[in-house]
Amino acid sequence: MLTCQQLAEVVTDYLEGKMNFADRMMFQLHVGMCKHCRAYLNQMKQTVELVAATGKIEAEPMPDDVQAELMHRFRNWKTNKQ
Amino acid sequence: MAPSDDQALVTALRNGDEATFAALVTRYHASLRRVARTFVSSDASADEVVQDTWAAVLHGIGEFEGRASFKTWLFRILVNRAKTRGVREARIVPESSLASDDDAGTDGPTVDPARFTSKGHWASPPQRWEAMTPESLLLRDELVVQLQTAIAQLPARLASIVVMRDALGWSSEEVCNVLEIAETHQRVLLHRARARLRAMLETYKNHG
Ligand SMILES: [Zn+2]
Repeated sequence: MLTCQQLAEVVTDYLEGKMNFADRMMFQLHVGMCKHCRAYLNQMKQTVELVAATGKIEAEPMPDDVQAELMHRFRNWKTNKQ
Repeated sequence: MAPSDDQALVTALRNGDEATFAALVTRYHASLRRVARTFVSSDASADEVVQDTWAAVLHGIGEFEGRASFKTWLFRILVNRAKTRGVREARIVPESSLASDDDAGTDGPTVDPARFTSKGHWASPPQRWEAMTPESLLLRDELVVQLQTAIAQLPARLASIVVMRDALGWSSEEVCNVLEIAETHQRVLLHRARARLRAMLETYKNHG
Protein backbone atom coordinates (compact mmCIF):
# COMPACT_ATOMS: atom_id res chain seq x y z
CA MET A 1 0.00 0.00 0.00
CA LEU A 2 0.99 3.55 -0.72
CA THR A 3 0.70 5.92 2.25
CA CYS A 4 -0.27 9.60 1.89
CA GLN A 5 3.27 10.56 2.87
CA GLN A 6 4.75 8.31 0.18
CA LEU A 7 2.26 9.55 -2.39
CA ALA A 8 3.26 13.17 -1.82
CA GLU A 9 6.83 12.29 -2.84
CA VAL A 10 5.90 10.66 -6.15
CA VAL A 11 3.42 13.23 -7.48
CA THR A 12 5.92 14.56 -10.02
CA ASP A 13 6.80 11.04 -11.19
CA TYR A 14 3.07 10.60 -11.79
CA LEU A 15 2.61 13.94 -13.57
CA GLU A 16 5.71 13.29 -15.70
CA GLY A 17 4.38 9.90 -16.76
CA LYS A 18 7.38 8.13 -15.25
CA MET A 19 5.53 5.43 -13.33
CA ASN A 20 5.15 1.82 -14.35
CA PHE A 21 1.66 0.48 -14.85
CA ALA A 22 1.29 -1.09 -11.40
CA ASP A 23 2.52 2.01 -9.55
CA ARG A 24 0.26 4.20 -11.64
CA MET A 25 -2.76 2.05 -10.77
CA MET A 26 -1.88 2.17 -7.08
CA PHE A 27 -1.44 5.94 -7.23
CA GLN A 28 -4.79 6.45 -8.95
CA LEU A 29 -6.56 4.09 -6.58
CA HIS A 30 -5.24 6.01 -3.58
CA VAL A 31 -6.15 9.40 -5.03
CA GLY A 32 -9.61 8.09 -5.87
CA MET A 33 -10.24 7.16 -2.26
CA CYS A 34 -8.36 9.89 -0.37
CA LYS A 35 -9.62 13.47 -0.64
CA HIS A 36 -6.53 14.93 1.03
CA CYS A 37 -4.18 13.40 -1.51
CA ARG A 38 -6.59 14.46 -4.24
CA ALA A 39 -6.26 18.01 -2.90
CA TYR A 40 -2.47 17.70 -2.78
CA LEU A 41 -2.29 16.46 -6.37
CA ASN A 42 -4.58 19.27 -7.55
CA GLN A 43 -2.54 21.89 -5.73
CA MET A 44 0.66 20.63 -7.35
CA LYS A 45 -1.05 20.91 -10.74
CA GLN A 46 -2.27 24.42 -9.91
CA THR A 47 1.22 25.40 -8.80
CA VAL A 48 2.52 24.37 -12.23
CA GLU A 49 -0.21 26.49 -13.89
CA LEU A 50 0.60 29.52 -11.76
CA VAL A 51 4.31 29.22 -12.52
CA ALA A 52 3.38 29.07 -16.21
CA ALA A 53 1.48 32.32 -15.69
CA THR A 54 4.67 33.98 -14.38
CA GLY A 55 6.24 33.14 -17.76
CA LYS A 56 3.60 35.20 -19.51
CA ILE A 57 3.87 38.43 -17.52
CA GLU A 58 7.67 38.46 -17.90
CA ALA A 59 7.54 38.84 -21.68
CA GLU A 60 8.32 42.56 -21.81
CA PRO A 61 10.10 43.66 -24.99
CA MET A 62 13.82 44.24 -25.01
CA PRO A 63 14.80 47.87 -24.20
CA ASP A 64 15.96 49.78 -27.28
CA ASP A 65 19.32 50.75 -25.77
CA VAL A 66 20.14 47.12 -24.97
CA GLN A 67 19.25 46.09 -28.51
CA ALA A 68 21.34 48.98 -29.91
CA GLU A 69 24.34 48.00 -27.78
CA LEU A 70 24.16 44.41 -28.99
CA MET A 71 23.90 45.45 -32.63
CA HIS A 72 26.88 47.75 -32.11
CA ARG A 73 28.88 44.81 -30.78
CA PHE A 74 27.76 42.71 -33.70
CA ARG A 75 29.05 45.27 -36.23
CA ASN A 76 32.37 45.49 -34.41
CA TRP A 77 32.67 41.74 -34.43
CA LYS A 78 31.86 41.64 -38.14
CA THR A 79 34.45 44.30 -38.94
CA ASN A 80 37.16 42.63 -36.87
CA LYS A 81 36.68 39.16 -38.29
CA GLN A 82 37.16 40.35 -41.86
CA MET B 1 13.85 24.39 -34.06
CA ALA B 2 14.85 21.70 -36.54
CA PRO B 3 18.58 20.98 -36.96
CA SER B 4 18.48 22.09 -40.61
CA ASP B 5 17.10 25.48 -39.55
CA ASP B 6 19.90 25.65 -37.00
CA GLN B 7 22.47 25.05 -39.69
CA ALA B 8 21.06 27.81 -41.88
CA LEU B 9 20.97 30.15 -38.93
CA VAL B 10 24.54 29.45 -37.89
CA THR B 11 25.77 29.86 -41.45
CA ALA B 12 24.01 33.23 -41.68
CA LEU B 13 25.57 34.32 -38.39
CA ARG B 14 29.04 33.28 -39.50
CA ASN B 15 28.53 35.29 -42.65
CA GLY B 16 27.74 38.32 -40.54
CA ASP B 17 24.03 38.54 -41.37
CA GLU B 18 22.75 41.34 -39.15
CA ALA B 19 19.05 40.53 -39.52
CA THR B 20 19.63 36.98 -38.29
CA PHE B 21 21.49 38.24 -35.24
CA ALA B 22 18.80 40.83 -34.48
CA ALA B 23 16.06 38.20 -34.79
CA LEU B 24 17.88 35.80 -32.44
CA VAL B 25 18.51 38.48 -29.86
CA THR B 26 14.83 39.42 -29.88
CA ARG B 27 13.60 35.84 -29.85
CA TYR B 28 15.66 34.71 -26.89
CA HIS B 29 15.94 37.90 -24.84
CA ALA B 30 13.16 37.22 -22.31
CA SER B 31 14.02 33.57 -21.73
CA LEU B 32 17.77 34.19 -21.46
CA ARG B 33 17.11 36.89 -18.93
CA ARG B 34 14.72 34.75 -16.95
CA VAL B 35 17.09 31.78 -16.75
CA ALA B 36 20.08 33.99 -15.90
CA ARG B 37 18.12 35.60 -13.07
CA THR B 38 17.76 32.25 -11.29
CA PHE B 39 21.55 32.08 -10.79
CA VAL B 40 22.41 35.71 -10.00
CA SER B 41 21.17 38.12 -7.37
CA SER B 42 19.79 41.05 -9.37
CA ASP B 43 18.09 41.96 -12.64
CA ALA B 44 21.10 44.12 -13.54
CA SER B 45 23.44 41.13 -13.15
CA ALA B 46 21.15 39.00 -15.28
CA ASP B 47 21.22 41.66 -18.03
CA GLU B 48 25.01 41.68 -17.99
CA VAL B 49 25.14 37.91 -18.19
CA VAL B 50 22.86 38.02 -21.23
CA GLN B 51 25.06 40.64 -22.93
CA ASP B 52 28.19 38.59 -22.21
CA THR B 53 26.47 35.52 -23.58
CA TRP B 54 25.85 37.16 -26.95
CA ALA B 55 29.46 38.31 -27.06
CA ALA B 56 30.52 34.70 -26.37
CA VAL B 57 28.16 33.42 -29.06
CA LEU B 58 29.80 35.68 -31.66
CA HIS B 59 33.22 34.71 -30.44
CA GLY B 60 32.46 31.00 -30.54
CA ILE B 61 30.13 30.66 -33.50
CA GLY B 62 33.00 29.37 -35.64
CA GLU B 63 33.27 26.37 -33.33
CA PHE B 64 29.58 25.48 -33.27
CA GLU B 65 29.44 21.91 -34.56
CA GLY B 66 25.73 21.25 -34.48
CA ARG B 67 25.99 18.33 -32.07
CA ALA B 68 23.54 20.15 -29.82
CA SER B 69 20.79 22.43 -31.08
CA PHE B 70 21.58 26.12 -31.31
CA LYS B 71 19.19 26.78 -28.42
CA THR B 72 20.93 24.21 -26.20
CA TRP B 73 24.34 25.61 -27.13
CA LEU B 74 23.17 29.18 -26.43
CA PHE B 75 21.71 28.35 -23.03
CA ARG B 76 24.74 26.28 -22.00
CA ILE B 77 26.89 29.35 -22.58
CA LEU B 78 24.44 31.44 -20.57
CA VAL B 79 24.21 28.99 -17.67
CA ASN B 80 28.00 28.66 -17.40
CA ARG B 81 28.38 32.41 -17.22
CA ALA B 82 25.46 32.89 -14.86
CA LYS B 83 26.80 30.20 -12.51
CA THR B 84 30.23 31.79 -12.37
CA ARG B 85 28.66 35.12 -11.59
CA GLY B 86 26.26 33.59 -9.05
CA VAL B 87 29.19 32.08 -7.16
CA ARG B 88 30.93 35.45 -7.12
CA GLU B 89 27.77 37.10 -5.80
CA ALA B 90 27.40 34.30 -3.23
CA ARG B 91 23.94 33.54 -4.61
CA ILE B 92 25.02 29.95 -5.27
CA VAL B 93 27.66 27.65 -3.81
CA PRO B 94 30.27 26.19 -6.16
CA GLU B 95 29.40 22.64 -7.18
CA SER B 96 32.81 21.42 -6.08
CA SER B 97 32.40 22.72 -2.53
CA LEU B 98 31.49 20.44 0.34
CA ALA B 99 28.17 22.15 1.00
CA SER B 100 25.55 19.54 1.81
CA ASP B 101 22.77 18.80 -0.62
CA ASP B 102 20.42 20.22 1.95
CA ASP B 103 21.70 23.72 1.15
CA ALA B 104 20.57 23.21 -2.39
CA GLY B 105 17.25 21.87 -1.14
CA THR B 106 17.77 18.43 -2.57
CA ASP B 107 17.69 16.36 0.58
CA GLY B 108 14.90 15.03 2.81
CA PRO B 109 11.11 14.93 2.44
CA THR B 110 9.28 17.66 0.52
CA VAL B 111 6.34 17.78 2.90
CA ASP B 112 6.93 18.40 6.61
CA PRO B 113 6.78 14.93 8.26
CA ALA B 114 4.89 16.53 11.16
CA ARG B 115 1.89 16.80 8.86
CA PHE B 116 1.47 13.02 8.78
CA THR B 117 0.47 10.46 11.40
CA SER B 118 2.90 7.71 12.34
CA LYS B 119 1.10 5.52 9.80
CA GLY B 120 1.74 8.04 7.03
CA HIS B 121 -1.80 9.44 6.75
CA TRP B 122 -2.45 13.17 6.58
CA ALA B 123 -2.76 14.59 10.12
CA SER B 124 -2.69 18.19 8.90
CA PRO B 125 -4.10 17.93 5.36
CA PRO B 126 -3.49 20.43 2.54
CA GLN B 127 -5.36 23.67 3.22
CA ARG B 128 -8.12 24.46 0.77
CA TRP B 129 -7.28 27.05 -1.83
CA GLU B 130 -10.25 29.36 -2.28
CA ALA B 131 -8.18 31.47 -4.63
CA MET B 132 -8.28 28.90 -7.37
CA THR B 133 -11.84 29.62 -8.45
CA PRO B 134 -12.42 31.75 -11.57
CA GLU B 135 -14.15 34.40 -9.41
CA SER B 136 -10.93 35.20 -7.63
CA LEU B 137 -8.88 36.35 -10.60
CA LEU B 138 -7.51 39.32 -8.71
CA LEU B 139 -6.10 37.13 -6.00
CA ARG B 140 -4.72 34.91 -8.72
CA ASP B 141 -2.76 37.83 -10.21
CA GLU B 142 -1.45 38.62 -6.77
CA LEU B 143 -0.35 35.01 -6.32
CA VAL B 144 1.52 35.05 -9.61
CA VAL B 145 3.50 38.07 -8.37
CA GLN B 146 4.14 36.34 -5.03
CA LEU B 147 5.30 33.25 -6.88
CA GLN B 148 7.91 35.19 -8.80
CA THR B 149 9.39 36.35 -5.52
CA ALA B 150 9.25 32.83 -4.14
CA ILE B 151 11.04 31.43 -7.20
CA ALA B 152 13.82 34.01 -6.78
CA GLN B 153 14.28 32.76 -3.22
CA LEU B 154 14.65 29.10 -4.17
CA PRO B 155 18.16 27.63 -4.39
CA ALA B 156 19.44 28.23 -7.93
CA ARG B 157 19.38 24.55 -8.88
CA LEU B 158 15.67 24.35 -8.10
CA ALA B 159 14.79 27.78 -9.47
CA SER B 160 16.50 27.21 -12.81
CA ILE B 161 14.71 23.93 -13.42
CA VAL B 162 11.24 25.11 -12.44
CA VAL B 163 11.67 28.22 -14.58
CA MET B 164 12.79 26.23 -17.63
CA ARG B 165 10.16 23.54 -17.27
CA ASP B 166 7.11 25.34 -15.96
CA ALA B 167 7.56 29.04 -16.73
CA LEU B 168 9.20 28.65 -20.15
CA GLY B 169 7.52 25.34 -20.97
CA TRP B 170 10.65 23.43 -22.05
CA SER B 171 10.65 19.64 -22.27
CA SER B 172 12.62 17.66 -19.70
CA GLU B 173 14.96 16.64 -22.54
CA GLU B 174 15.80 20.26 -23.33
CA VAL B 175 16.45 21.02 -19.66
CA CYS B 176 18.68 17.97 -19.26
CA ASN B 177 20.67 18.90 -22.36
CA VAL B 178 21.25 22.46 -21.22
CA LEU B 179 22.14 21.58 -17.63
CA GLU B 180 23.90 18.34 -18.61
CA ILE B 181 22.10 16.31 -15.95
CA ALA B 182 20.21 13.00 -16.02
CA GLU B 183 16.42 12.96 -16.41
CA THR B 184 15.91 11.28 -13.03
CA HIS B 185 17.93 13.98 -11.29
CA GLN B 186 16.04 16.67 -13.16
CA ARG B 187 12.76 15.15 -11.98
CA VAL B 188 13.89 15.08 -8.34
CA LEU B 189 14.83 18.77 -8.50
CA LEU B 190 11.61 19.69 -10.32
CA HIS B 191 9.58 17.90 -7.67
CA ARG B 192 11.35 19.69 -4.84
CA ALA B 193 10.89 23.05 -6.51
CA ARG B 194 7.18 22.54 -7.15
CA ALA B 195 6.60 21.19 -3.64
CA ARG B 196 8.27 24.23 -2.08
CA LEU B 197 6.24 26.61 -4.22
CA ARG B 198 3.03 24.76 -3.36
CA ALA B 199 3.85 25.07 0.34
CA MET B 200 4.49 28.78 -0.13
CA LEU B 201 1.11 29.24 -1.84
CA GLU B 202 -0.63 27.33 0.93
CA THR B 203 0.92 29.52 3.63
CA TYR B 204 0.37 32.70 1.67
CA LYS B 205 -3.32 32.05 1.32
CA ASN B 206 -3.83 31.13 4.91
CA HIS B 207 -2.18 34.32 6.12
CA GLY B 208 -3.33 36.60 3.40
ZN1 LIG C 1 -3.85 9.93 0.93
